[in-house]
Amino acid sequence: MKIIVCVKQVPDTSGKVAVNPDGTLNRASMQAIVNPDDMNAVEAALKLKDETGCRVIVVTMGPPPAMGMLRELMAMGADEGVLVSAREFGGSDTYATSQILSAAIKKLGIEDDDIIMCGRQAIDGDTAQVGPQIAEKLGLPQITYAADIKKEGETITVKRMLEDGYMTIKVKTPCLLTCIKELNAPRYMSVRGIFDCMDKPLETYTYETLKDDPLIDLATIGLKGSPTNIFKSFTPPAKGAGMMLEGDDRDTCDKLAGLLSAKHII
Amino acid sequence: MVDFKLTQEQEMARKMFQQFAEEEIKPLVRDMDEAEEFDFELLAKMHKYGLMGIPYPKEYGGQGGNVLTYALGMEEVSKIDPSVGITISVHTSLCCSCIYEYGSEEQKQTYLRPLIDGTKTGCFGLTEPNAGTDAGGVLTTAVKDGDEYVLNGQKVFITNSGFADTFVIFAMTDKSLGTKGMSAFILDKGMPGLEVSKNIPRMGIRASQNCEIAMMDVRVPADRLIAKEGMGYKIGMGALAGGRIGIGAQAVGIAQGAINETVKYVKERKQFGKTISKFQNTQFKLAEMQVKTDAARLMVWRAAVGKDNGEAYAPMAAACKLFASEVANEVTRLAVQLFGGYGYSREYPVEKLMRDAKITEIYEGTSEAMKMIVGGGMLK
Repeated sequence: MKIIVCVKQVPDTSGKVAVNPDGTLNRASMQAIVNPDDMNAVEAALKLKDETGCRVIVVTMGPPPAMGMLRELMAMGADEGVLVSAREFGGSDTYATSQILSAAIKKLGIEDDDIIMCGRQAIDGDTAQVGPQIAEKLGLPQITYAADIKKEGETITVKRMLEDGYMTIKVKTPCLLTCIKELNAPRYMSVRGIFDCMDKPLETYTYETLKDDPLIDLATIGLKGSPTNIFKSFTPPAKGAGMMLEGDDRDTCDKLAGLLSAKHII
Repeated sequence: MVDFKLTQEQEMARKMFQQFAEEEIKPLVRDMDEAEEFDFELLAKMHKYGLMGIPYPKEYGGQGGNVLTYALGMEEVSKIDPSVGITISVHTSLCCSCIYEYGSEEQKQTYLRPLIDGTKTGCFGLTEPNAGTDAGGVLTTAVKDGDEYVLNGQKVFITNSGFADTFVIFAMTDKSLGTKGMSAFILDKGMPGLEVSKNIPRMGIRASQNCEIAMMDVRVPADRLIAKEGMGYKIGMGALAGGRIGIGAQAVGIAQGAINETVKYVKERKQFGKTISKFQNTQFKLAEMQVKTDAARLMVWRAAVGKDNGEAYAPMAAACKLFASEVANEVTRLAVQLFGGYGYSREYPVEKLMRDAKITEIYEGTSEAMKMIVGGGMLK
């Protein structure tokens, strides 16, 4: 059994977001971090590794510096890393990215008891599309928004966290899960893990490695193969400061009703 | 000289230490200081993530790092809480190193392994009411009786002893020989006759557990003697020589932690219509603080690399501890001054760092003892 976790290095948007004059993100000026939801996916995989002893492989598509991120995930406990990196892959949107990652996963091989995990969405694009697209392209069942994962044999029970409640679903492996932050609290690297991670295998898949896969067609990968067109990027105007009323008495309620009424909300 | 760059592993380790300190230690700092208690869940996490056996080889269950990585850990942790720093330091540099450097293979497997694989915590019992800088004045005795030694005596200011599982204890096997009659033993918590007092109230590093130990006819199997009879003083002094790199790193962490807090504060605090960061006095003071801290860090790293490379590091370790501890005291005092009244209040962390800094000039060899080592070496 193995778990393949797809991860992405993203600019840290919790600090200052820098935008280039053309509207694209100025990634160079922002710190690179592992996409937060992806960290939850890695932690979920490592927990299953703790329970079952399975192998955990972390896969990312990105420029060569993303190798540092893969080493960090291996220092947390992942067994292997795969960097998918080629000039031909640059500029890919979610459609093209999922083509390439699916080909990389096929290259790793999918066995009956394998699981593929992704974060729900990345904080730079916020699309939540890559995970589901990979599942579709690989013909695997998918469960999104996993807030709890239990594995018994080849059956996985997943609690999905939706806006209006929970949904529990059972699925057979192989399958793909997308993970949310409520699932767990990611562990740190350990000192031992850091000094072990350099000895773990870290492979690079280039265009040459994957080009024989039918999914890898120059018309469906990279900037040219990406159907998404960005018309405009902008920083949304800052929301006004909120107002808090405290109290559980009638006066507070009246005050609240008065404020809402004055703004024609009620 | 090749370069001053840390290796990729060391950079990763530093990042991990920073994350751990920010997320796991920082929320507990004030409460632990006020309560004068160490948080045991935190201690368990320190073991789990490998903070308690950094510079020891994997073959004994250690983390596989080196002394420089350990110094990075000490600095990052001590930036946030020097009490956590000293807990790591006494365990790692003092207790474990006695067994690692001088213990038999069997002792390493039996006693060192659990100390560095995340299972047990250790302490180091040398200091006595009448044996501080004059460590040869130890009065605790160890008398051979069959295949056991019987230990009697008292120890004071023994960091970690409040919760330690393993005690390295120094006792005289032959008083007539002076320091050459001192021996080192490995004791376990709970051995009959081994009593540990409550935490001794102190000015700083109040969360660490620093207690008195009383030994009344503690029977210790002879196979717990480290090396040979009479080797104790050498073992203890050797451990302290290495420990000073950790204390130097702790002092650098205290200074840098105070600087980081001060930089944040002076950019927010307004007086005379502008933030106090705009005043030249603030800028000059910060520059002095940072330059001295950077110099101290380089001395710590030099000593750490010296130990890693098997050089005669003891004078470098003494020098880095002497300088870094004085810098920590000066920098934290200036930090409190730049904060003004708020710096003196317990609302901000700089008063605590100033209290915590003082001990770095005292423990594991006072500044005066460090000058004896450095000056003595110069006049050989």
